[in-house]
Amino acid sequence: MTAIQASPGLQRSAGLYRRRKLVDRLMTGAMVVAVALAVIPLFLILFYLIKEGLPGLHWSLITEEPNSPGRPGGGAHNSIIGSGIMVGLALAIGVPVAVGCGVFLSEYGQNRVGTVVRFLIEVMAGIPSITAGLFIYGLVVARQGHFSALAGSLALAILLIPIVARITEEMLLLVPRSLREASYALGAPRWRTVLRIVLPTALPGIITGIMLGLSRIAGEAAPLLFTALGNQFLTTDITTPMDSIPRRIYIYATGPYDYWHQQAWALSLILVGVILAISLGVRALFGSRVTVRQ
Amino acid sequence: MTEAQASQPPRDMPQTVRALRVNSQAEALPGAPVKVRVENLSAWYGPKLAVSDISMDIRLNSVTALIGPSGCGKSTYIRCINRMHEFLPHARAQGRVLLDGADIYESGVDATRVRQRVGMVFQKPNPFPTMSIAENVAAGLRFMGVRSRTEISDRVESALKLAALWDEVKDNLKRPGLALSGGQQQRLCIARAIAVEPEVILMDEPCSALDPVATLKIEDLMRGLAEKYTIVIVTHNMQQAARVSDYTAFLLMGEDGAGHLIEYRSTAEMFTAPQDQRTEDYITGRFG
Repeated sequence: MTAIQASPGLQRSAGLYRRRKLVDRLMTGAMVVAVALAVIPLFLILFYLIKEGLPGLHWSLITEEPNSPGRPGGGAHNSIIGSGIMVGLALAIGVPVAVGCGVFLSEYGQNRVGTVVRFLIEVMAGIPSITAGLFIYGLVVARQGHFSALAGSLALAILLIPIVARITEEMLLLVPRSLREASYALGAPRWRTVLRIVLPTALPGIITGIMLGLSRIAGEAAPLLFTALGNQFLTTDITTPMDSIPRRIYIYATGPYDYWHQQAWALSLILVGVILAISLGVRALFGSRVTVRQ
Repeated sequence: MTEAQASQPPRDMPQTVRALRVNSQAEALPGAPVKVRVENLSAWYGPKLAVSDISMDIRLNSVTALIGPSGCGKSTYIRCINRMHEFLPHARAQGRVLLDGADIYESGVDATRVRQRVGMVFQKPNPFPTMSIAENVAAGLRFMGVRSRTEISDRVESALKLAALWDEVKDNLKRPGLALSGGQQQRLCIARAIAVEPEVILMDEPCSALDPVATLKIEDLMRGLAEKYTIVIVTHNMQQAARVSDYTAFLLMGEDGAGHLIEYRSTAEMFTAPQDQRTEDYITGRFG
């Protein structure tokens, strides 16, 4: 020990050490502040949502239709069921297209066509949601001459596709080459390798992507405004105008009555709660499977 | 080989190499029929030549080892034997590879059919992560379109037995393949490869990710498999080549940066009386 202490080359300079320690503390502090700035608003939103939403949460909200304006009470089951139908339909339309697109990009898209498609998806991801609604208005609503839930679902699907397609591509690219090679070496053709090996291996990641897309479109009001329009009454007919939670929140929150405001908060809480529950549920179902090993 | 050569190894040959247990079967095999004939095979990655003009005969029911330093094209070369090479970006090959006399590179040949007849085991164990032990072994059969459940379970069982894994997993066939240890996973991959009953099995450094005990198990296995299959193994490990193989080929990177076949003969001769100075330098540990 004495020999080591005597060696001048190994002595640390007290000044240098103090400076390093200081810089280390400053940097750690800066990171903590950054994390706090990112997380605090999140918790504030949740806290505020629960504080304002809980008092308005009644069974009638999910079992009754809205009362005529100005008469307190009533519910919004038309909006809740409408959102469920339209988001479900958007997933049914958008997910197959998006996953197919992601498979194409990752497995067959290492060429010029792939580059073009990838660019188009980037552009599509940047489209404002109201523009997606406008597009479907021109394409479907104006031609059919009436608003419909189906048109709303199409607008939502347009927002969903780029999100899910990009995540699918990334998740498929994460599947190690060694697994594909193992499959090829067994004499499996490429399409079968994609279907039986690559897709199942990437499934948990793709599901996460779909959940991300779902939470994004479930909260959208803008693309539904001139596609599904809205409806005071409960309907399950997708060829007629249909209500949705975000639209109802918008109307109630900007309306004149206090009980409307309270119902808007409660509906927001329901929306967030349902998305969270679906997300956690699906992940628990698929996430427990063996994930990709790098 | 003269008696003088056999009784007097070169004086400076290291102890380890002198003590190599050389396979005694090899002497009996030179006349075995040719299973795979490679003729003037060259392989490229883009503009870069990786394997240059290799010709060699791989004999039926034998174990042929490819040795040589890193980067000498051993892996690239065996990947050309079942047309796996072409999956890498910008990879191409030229020359002929005759499997039972038929060129696998001829136009109109179905590469997936070639790979069913020439299986492969990789460096790192790569069981399919979403599948159980039994499903992993059955994967190739399902790809081939085998539907019958009894046939699948019979063939899974016999493949696992042949891969010396059955006794360790027979009660846990439904567990994920990834739950096994590294050595077991590699034997699972061997079982998966032999379940489709290929004629040739290519092994690309199958033991390099395994510990010595697991390595010995796989080497024992290879000797047994050679009774039924023709095996080609790439290895970094000369002792391993000496232990398991009947024939040994030595590859070396030439001045052009591509792998050349330097010497190819029975393992016994290769390790006792190499004809080429470079082979002798390599197996006596002077370089590589």
